Amino acid sequence: MSAYTETTHHGPAKGWTRWILTTNHKDIGTLYLVFSLIMLFVGGSMAFVIRAELFQPGLQLVVPEFFNQMTTMHGLIMVFGAVMPAFVGLANWQVPLMIGAPDMALPRMNNLSFWILPFAFAMLISTLFMAGGAPDFGWTFYAPLSTTYAPPSVTFFIFAIHMMGISSIMGAINIIVTIFNMRAPGMKLMDMPLFVWTWLITAFLLIAVMPVLAAVVTMMLMDIHFGTSFFNAAGGGDPVLFQHVFWFFAHPEVYIMVLPAFGVVSQIVPTFARKPLFGYQSMVYATIAIAVLSFIVWAHHMFTVGMPIAGELFFMYTTMLIAVPTGVKVFNWISTMFRGSMTFETPMLFAIAFIVLFTIGGLSGLMLAIAPADFQYHDTYFVVAHFHYVLVPGSVFGIIAGVYYWLPKWCGKMYDEKLGQWHFWLSFIGVNLTFFPMHFVGLAGMPRRIPDYALQFADFNMLTSLGAFLFGTTQLLFVYIIVKTVRSGKPAEQLPWEGAQGLEWTVPTPAPYHTFSTPPVLGEK
Amino acid sequence: MKRWLKPSTPTGLMLIVVLMFGFGFMLVPLYDVFCEITGLNGKTRGPYQGEVNAATNQNQRMVTIQFVANRNDNLPWGFDPDQEEIQLQIGERKQTTFRVSNTYDQAVVAQAIPSVSPARAADYLNKVECFCFQRQPLDAGQSKDFPLVFFIDPDLPADISKLTLSYTLFDITNPASARTH
Repeated sequence: MSAYTETTHHGPAKGWTRWILTTNHKDIGTLYLVFSLIMLFVGGSMAFVIRAELFQPGLQLVVPEFFNQMTTMHGLIMVFGAVMPAFVGLANWQVPLMIGAPDMALPRMNNLSFWILPFAFAMLISTLFMAGGAPDFGWTFYAPLSTTYAPPSVTFFIFAIHMMGISSIMGAINIIVTIFNMRAPGMKLMDMPLFVWTWLITAFLLIAVMPVLAAVVTMMLMDIHFGTSFFNAAGGGDPVLFQHVFWFFAHPEVYIMVLPAFGVVSQIVPTFARKPLFGYQSMVYATIAIAVLSFIVWAHHMFTVGMPIAGELFFMYTTMLIAVPTGVKVFNWISTMFRGSMTFETPMLFAIAFIVLFTIGGLSGLMLAIAPADFQYHDTYFVVAHFHYVLVPGSVFGIIAGVYYWLPKWCGKMYDEKLGQWHFWLSFIGVNLTFFPMHFVGLAGMPRRIPDYALQFADFNMLTSLGAFLFGTTQLLFVYIIVKTVRSGKPAEQLPWEGAQGLEWTVPTPAPYHTFSTPPVLGEK
Repeated sequence: MKRWLKPSTPTGLMLIVVLMFGFGFMLVPLYDVFCEITGLNGKTRGPYQGEVNAATNQNQRMVTIQFVANRNDNLPWGFDPDQEEIQLQIGERKQTTFRVSNTYDQAVVAQAIPSVSPARAADYLNKVECFCFQRQPLDAGQSKDFPLVFFIDPDLPADISKLTLSYTLFDITNPASARTH
């Protein structure tokens, strides 16, 4: 045991107000994670509606207008409600533990940045019950669909986006300030665990692009209500401008959703390969390179909008350049496993699936980056397959891997390994059954965001729907596993994973309410 | 740099946030400047300011200009060019008209937005007078011929022999009414 026997001078507050008033990074981390899990099921049930409608050709269950609302809300809720808060939750729990800090630097702001979110999403989801329906213009909300032709509820959507943006920005500021100022004495930047590094870079991306998102929705608000013409051609504006400003935000945004997953995997793979991470420095520089490149590739989403050949070439080559630092990372993960003494507990299974399936998503991304080929792929299910491969077995598997990996430290109990393996294999089969056939129907020309399709796509769509039902239902097992662990799991050891390194494993199990009240002394690695 | 302004402090980071919010809005004029410099987007310029002197022009090259009139959002108005195609000598000053008919039983305001294809020809199409420079009020049921006076700059790249000037007509009577489809 460690010398960690000091009396806990005060524990968590009593009663439910603890969760509202808390400024403790562990409580807030838990709140974020639970919130994102709820949003995963809300967004997932919308995916259920989509896949049920697409189960067979023709219109069976919902009217096209409602189908559009489902695709839009599914995207918005999964991006802003499930994936992003989950990573902020992991950061809240892990960043202070991993750098030896007693808490986040700005605990009161931490509380505020979480508690904005339920209100933002309550507002967003309430649009489903408004006259005219919820936003139905796609998660990319291109003007003029989202301005001139939008349902009246678009104003609520805009304010919800503003609130989510403020929450993300506050969270990012908190993380940067914590990492820069509260590391254990003697921990240099290049000593930080990779999860901390990837979050530091992610937080800077958030600071840089969330205000641009705020700007673009503010312009929409002004176009709709105050008679401006930012995106209105009749008044001298330009709808294409919207797409440029939006993707200037949204391309870095997709890296915001995956860089922390890179960090999680970079923690897990060395643990279960029982070898230090291969190429730590190149991992850091590759992450920085990906972040910098993310700002100059945005128009690859707009090849078909109309661009001079020089523009197409520029955005094609810069996009392909991103494959280089990403390839470095994949190479390093594989090299870390090479000749390691590997075991395959649930977190490692999810991490390996992340590496394999994220790479598939990356490769279809390279295909989409080829400007002349993109004219065929654009707005087909091939695009849907691509971004779901990087987001679901990418980001979401990264989050799940992180939860399994750190759960024993968080709650002091071990999850049921057998159920964890079941969860993994059902998810793995479900995710591939859902998204792999989308490649084929996409290449054959099935357009995205349409509630019906030509008959020749019927078989693959049925497979996709069955896979989606399997994958979605399997996540109920995940909830069951977590609840079972917290309530009746076997006590976890101080170091639940044999090969785990890092400060977070030096605190007792479960991690006490207050850790590192005195800074740790950094010894051997 | 002052200590509290560093990008490791809340104030320094808030400054980045404010600057990036401003940058989001800066993208609007930057986009226009970028399009103007590169000649992208097929946007034509405002009224031609210089002298038009066809007599000094020795260029005998002929080009074809086509006129296209579109109504935004399937507006049930009339909007047609008087001539669909004109052959003219480069540098030669020409006049043509577009006819707009308001089919509504109320007064409206129309605005035409021009666009030139190929986009790099946009800079060489000089409009001396164009109905697109102003908003055009029309009475209920009124039809009106709107003039366009233009010439093609003699520096038009040699490989362009045909260009299209397209107008899209918008109903801007009541910006809010546009949202009711």
